[in-house]
Amino acid sequence: MEKRVRFKGIWLPLLLVLPQIVITAVFFFYPAGQAIWQSLFIPDPFGLSKQFVGLGNFEFLLSDRYYRASFITTAVFSTLVTVVSMGVALWLAVLADRLIKGSGTYRTLLIWPYAVAPAVAGVLWLFMFNTRVGVVTWYLGLLGYDWNHVLNGEEAMGLVVIASAWGRISYNFLFFLAGLQAIPRSVIEAAAIDGAAFWTRFRTIVFPLLSPTTFFLLVVNIVYAFFETFGVIHTITSGGPQQATTILVYKVYADGFVGQDLGSSAAQSVILLVVVSILTIVQFRYIERRVHY
Amino acid sequence: MATVSLDGVRKSFGKTPVIHGVDIDIADGEFIVIVGPSGCGKSTLLRMVAGLETVTDGEVRIDGERVNDKEPMDRDIAMVFQNYALYPHMSVFDNMAYGLKIAKTPKPEIEERVRTAATMLQLDPYLARKPRELSGGQRQRVAMGRAIVRKPAVFLFDEPLSNLDAKLRVQMRLEIKQLQRQLGITALYVTHDQVEAMTLADRMVVMNAGRADQIGAPLQVYADPRTEFVAGFIGSPPTNFIDPAALGGQGARMGIRPEHLALCPLPEARVAARVLDAEPLGAETLIHTRLPSGCLVTVRQDGAAPIPDAGAEVGLSWRAGDEMRFDAGGRRL
Repeated sequence: MEKRVRFKGIWLPLLLVLPQIVITAVFFFYPAGQAIWQSLFIPDPFGLSKQFVGLGNFEFLLSDRYYRASFITTAVFSTLVTVVSMGVALWLAVLADRLIKGSGTYRTLLIWPYAVAPAVAGVLWLFMFNTRVGVVTWYLGLLGYDWNHVLNGEEAMGLVVIASAWGRISYNFLFFLAGLQAIPRSVIEAAAIDGAAFWTRFRTIVFPLLSPTTFFLLVVNIVYAFFETFGVIHTITSGGPQQATTILVYKVYADGFVGQDLGSSAAQSVILLVVVSILTIVQFRYIERRVHY
Repeated sequence: MATVSLDGVRKSFGKTPVIHGVDIDIADGEFIVIVGPSGCGKSTLLRMVAGLETVTDGEVRIDGERVNDKEPMDRDIAMVFQNYALYPHMSVFDNMAYGLKIAKTPKPEIEERVRTAATMLQLDPYLARKPRELSGGQRQRVAMGRAIVRKPAVFLFDEPLSNLDAKLRVQMRLEIKQLQRQLGITALYVTHDQVEAMTLADRMVVMNAGRADQIGAPLQVYADPRTEFVAGFIGSPPTNFIDPAALGGQGARMGIRPEHLALCPLPEARVAARVLDAEPLGAETLIHTRLPSGCLVTVRQDGAAPIPDAGAEVGLSWRAGDEMRFDAGGRRL
């Protein structure tokens, strides 16, 4: 018995996949192709002419101290965002899973931040941590801590990580909670009878059974940290101070649209594309194998 | 090795009472089966002994010690679940060794105990497999193995055979019984299947709507049911219930088992009935009849006996004393 549907002609199946292909073509293949093409040229500042330089843009980038620094910044930033957002989400999901009364309200409230756009979230956090009028800054001042993310690169990094991870916690929470609730109760009970206390159960039963969810979120969150955090960084630090928060995707924007170096910007997009592809392949190849059942 | 006793145990979920005071005393090494229809509270009772549900009122004692407030892990019990509840990401070996590893048992001893249990359950070839690579019967054995290796004081079984097919169920039933005898561990077994209850139990507890209607040896419960519910629940095909007004005598209801009824010529009959249908099963034949009062009565007769035609008028007879009479509250008179 063939379970799959088989189409007789070619036109209907083509029509059915067309919307997806069109969207991918218009919003991915065309811009990606343009980026690759542009990365081979250096246009003049007015965009009237361009000069073919081959891989010159790439050569220049890879020997650029600031560009290499941006790689490290991106690695630190995306690791922190992923770890913070997934860690907090998992902790909240475990608590919500144990909750019996008021769990509906708790969940709804936890899901709200997901509806806040990254740029808006950035502004919210910026106000709270504003060096002159921010509430948190004021309280930190009372505690004797002089918060100034405009001057301090580490504080700036901390702030963009918090702002980026915050909205993401809701999303991760939803998936973790669904994952937790998919674990049969009797398996947990069997472990309890076998003598495993809460933390042992979590470490040896719950977390391994949650690993497909964790893996999925890992991929999604790293991609998020690489690309979608642009709005947060743009509103809070604009990549500063001294490029301390200039992640790769922000540098694409800063060099291209602010610095008007479109050739370099295009070359950076291509590199970013390759990096994310490699990361995803590595994750699927090596980590997914360790994911249980 | 331990005794278990339940003393006036009650359970309410919120304001809804589900168990209304149950007293059971289980001797060391005894096999007790709790049987009843779904929703009678039998699983809840077992889960209270396991420590997976809190006890609303009354006392649960294992080996004389009150365990109401003890965690499941401190009660020295092992439980086999209906869906087996194996750890899907662990091999059969690790599933069985899990409890021992947590108890920090030395490695060679874990190895030895798991191997012994695996041999006992014919699981040796499967120790490296994951649960999903096993058949239902094999998974059931792993669940048993996990319970055995820990050498608990009490085994708890929560409908362990109801996910197996009929043939396997009979086989596993025998194995569970033999294993329990061999190990001499006190067992508390919950089922809705009266055949399992009859065959496994040293004593059975028939539960009805949160109460233990009767506790006793299977044959004694069969022969002498204390309530109308027990008479109807234990025995297959089920006891016929007749409104005794037509027959005279005391009681609000009268029960008579199909195997105690016989067809006879009309003049010798205690009551006349019309044959509706007959079900020949080979060794026996079930004859469904209707009394003039409208009650449906099933007669079980030997497979070799002649089968009356549908619509025929027949007489029913039974030996004096085989009928069971109950009062309006369902209690045996």
